Amino acid sequence: MISADHGQPLLEVRGVTKSFGPVRALRGVDFSIAPGEVHVILGQNGAGKSTLIKTLAGVYTPDGGEILWRGEPITIADPVAALDLGIATMYQELDVVDGLTIAENIFLGHEHATAGILNRRRANQVARELLTRLGHGDLSPSREVGSLSPANKQIVSMARALSRDTRLIIMDEPSAVLDSEEVKNLFRVVNELTSSGISVVYISHRLEEIRQIGDRISVIKDGRSTASGLSVKDTPTSELIRLMTGRDLENVFPPAVPVPDDAAEVLAVSGLGVAGIFEGVDFTVRAGEIVGLAGLVGSGRSEILEAVYGALKPTSGTVSLSGERLKPGSVRDAVNHGMGLSPEERKSQGLLLDEPIFKNVTLSSFARFARLSFLREGAERSAAREQIEALELRPADPDRDAGTLSGGNQQKILLARWLVHGTKVLLLDEPTRGVDVGARSEIYALIRRLSAAGTAIVVVSSEIEEVLGLADRLLVIADGRVLTTVNANDIDEHGVLDLVMEGSAA
Amino acid sequence: MSEPITVPSAEPVSPVGPPEATHDSKDTRNWFSRFLGSGAGRNLGLVLALLVLFAIGAITAGDRFTNFENILTIVRAASIVGVLTIGMTFVIIGGGIDLSVGSVLGLSSVVATLTVVQSLAESSWLIMVVVALAVGTIAGIVNGIVISYGNVVAFMATLAMLVGARGLAEILSNRTTQIVRSQDFIEFFRSNLLGIPVLIWIFIIVAVLGWLLLNRTTFGRRTVAIGGNREAARLAGLKVKRHTVYLYALSGLTAGIAGVMMLGRTTAGTSTHGTLYELDAIAAVVVGGTLLIGGRGTIVGTVFGVLIFQTLTNIFTQNNLNTSVQAVAKGVIIVLAVLLQQRFAARTRKRG
Repeated sequence: MISADHGQPLLEVRGVTKSFGPVRALRGVDFSIAPGEVHVILGQNGAGKSTLIKTLAGVYTPDGGEILWRGEPITIADPVAALDLGIATMYQELDVVDGLTIAENIFLGHEHATAGILNRRRANQVARELLTRLGHGDLSPSREVGSLSPANKQIVSMARALSRDTRLIIMDEPSAVLDSEEVKNLFRVVNELTSSGISVVYISHRLEEIRQIGDRISVIKDGRSTASGLSVKDTPTSELIRLMTGRDLENVFPPAVPVPDDAAEVLAVSGLGVAGIFEGVDFTVRAGEIVGLAGLVGSGRSEILEAVYGALKPTSGTVSLSGERLKPGSVRDAVNHGMGLSPEERKSQGLLLDEPIFKNVTLSSFARFARLSFLREGAERSAAREQIEALELRPADPDRDAGTLSGGNQQKILLARWLVHGTKVLLLDEPTRGVDVGARSEIYALIRRLSAAGTAIVVVSSEIEEVLGLADRLLVIADGRVLTTVNANDIDEHGVLDLVMEGSAA
Repeated sequence: MSEPITVPSAEPVSPVGPPEATHDSKDTRNWFSRFLGSGAGRNLGLVLALLVLFAIGAITAGDRFTNFENILTIVRAASIVGVLTIGMTFVIIGGGIDLSVGSVLGLSSVVATLTVVQSLAESSWLIMVVVALAVGTIAGIVNGIVISYGNVVAFMATLAMLVGARGLAEILSNRTTQIVRSQDFIEFFRSNLLGIPVLIWIFIIVAVLGWLLLNRTTFGRRTVAIGGNREAARLAGLKVKRHTVYLYALSGLTAGIAGVMMLGRTTAGTSTHGTLYELDAIAAVVVGGTLLIGGRGTIVGTVFGVLIFQTLTNIFTQNNLNTSVQAVAKGVIIVLAVLLQQRFAARTRKRG
């Protein structure tokens, strides 16, 4: 291991900022990477890790701050510039082309070719060497990538990073798609890379993994560095969690209102499963109760919500609303019975971004605003205006396009939609993704108010503190199974993390 | 480009190959089995469809259908749209669409037969050919620039070119039919080589070059990547916008070639040449198994697609059935092909 105090850092990031419209994704990030070290970047979902990676990979240009490469200030204008410097990135969303072979993917953009004519034999040969080095000599370079497992796609992605003269490899949650055997292999490769002087930026939120592989840790929270270059050995886990989550739970979350003992059971999910994703999910939610689903990315959290809502057709089990069984896989039936979903990807799944607020608010309740199928915009507007008042939506203009609002206010539009509709069961998937810290507590207060008014709520979040702070009861999920159900008061963030990690390691 | 860090300086391997023999056997297949694996092999369904059509033709029309002359007629009739489909295959694999090829064909036939051009071409009729190809390529480049740098959706940009090029052709020709004066030109395109008409040879050459370009060059590889995963291609450092311009330029070039072939067949240039050919071309490409969303497709499949449609037309003609029935049959075939495609797409999604 190379000590950070000696020699010049390979890469230095100083006060980098980046905004997307009203959302400030990075508000000042600082860290430096020594040659041959594994530098872990730690942060919760939405902390700005992905934006940071893409800034280093030349996908985004920072608004402010400095990036130094071997002591020289540089601008990474585009992905080619990053690759030319020697920065290769393995993206979490697996940036491979399914229709090409392994070798073709590895050398995409820098093919072995003479005057444009491919030398496939040479490409396959070098690809095989790279794969063997990565412990996967069993993969044929001429195999089509579309037929590979996510884990093997990642191997392709890594081989691509190595196929260039790489000095720094950024790995974005590389273990997310790997089983424990594959994780061991990954660590072996990482050690081999660092011993040959290549630096690795390792993004993960699996703490025990970081202990095994990392040299130093930098933590970012809400787009800002909260710690930089901590030694992995000397920093206790509690300290890391504090740096990652930071804020005082009591201040952010309004006090919970106890669920009355005689509250009726509204939602009943029994034996629900979708083949290959999750199975045997049972839970009930009473009126006025908030149930949280906690688990890592890929654990099946969101899919459970989608199956309850009917957006994903279950292969087993039933969903009942106030005792009535819903038609499996029918969103229309769920909505008609009074169920609402605020999806994870607000922008792509929830909102009509180019339409005004009022049209978004009334989207699920057209019938109420129509006479002989003709919509009465006046009635729509006044309904929207009422919700804008009640939810303190800003700007308070029903004619403003939804796409121009900040994340928090977009979330409020979705909540308003279900309020207008008169929803009995509200499913919230990542309700505060992309929402500023200040606006978060407003959203939390709204969710609490809805539940106090008798709405049954299911909330999914990758931020465990959010689920803990909101929910009355918690379902801990790993690998498509419900590990346990606990009262939110009986467990802390640490306890949930432990459960989740044990569960996914199994 | 930088060399990979692990490459030993060794020359390409001996045919014996590395130890993992089971996997290696796949790589050292000869080119013919590779060809089958990548093209005709995967297009088995199309081969069967064509065989079924031939059987139907042979049963209903007997010797009139099966004689060699008729087979040549089918292929010759397929050759002009066939050339268009090669360029179209690239555009669609790259994630785009080109609705303008029929119009551009017409425009290039008109420009190549303008009095000015024909006077210049008195020394050599090749000048007409060059002019036609240039017109097609320029129209394609315009399409590509509007799409790539103007961020206009391909459908609209090429629809505009469809309308605009046809209009320009009408203006230039004054809506008249411009006769080709060069007898050498006409002779050449009427001639046979080894018993096969020149038009068919051109189709064969364009198809073979297209196959090589798609399967054997960085250009083809990058086309598949851009159509399959545009973001991944960009992150891998490909110049996606520039490449897109090249794709439409290529499609325009094939429209220019088809324009020359049209001149050869009809001995005249007119603005109505190629009307609705874009639809035949797109249909043939899709029936040939190229995904309309891009990222996957074959030249061999496309050639089969063209031949299937032309054989169908021929069977209907041989049996004196009217063209309306034929149009309905084509429509049904297109829908069936797309349905099959979606099944396939759903299956690969599940696997991935």
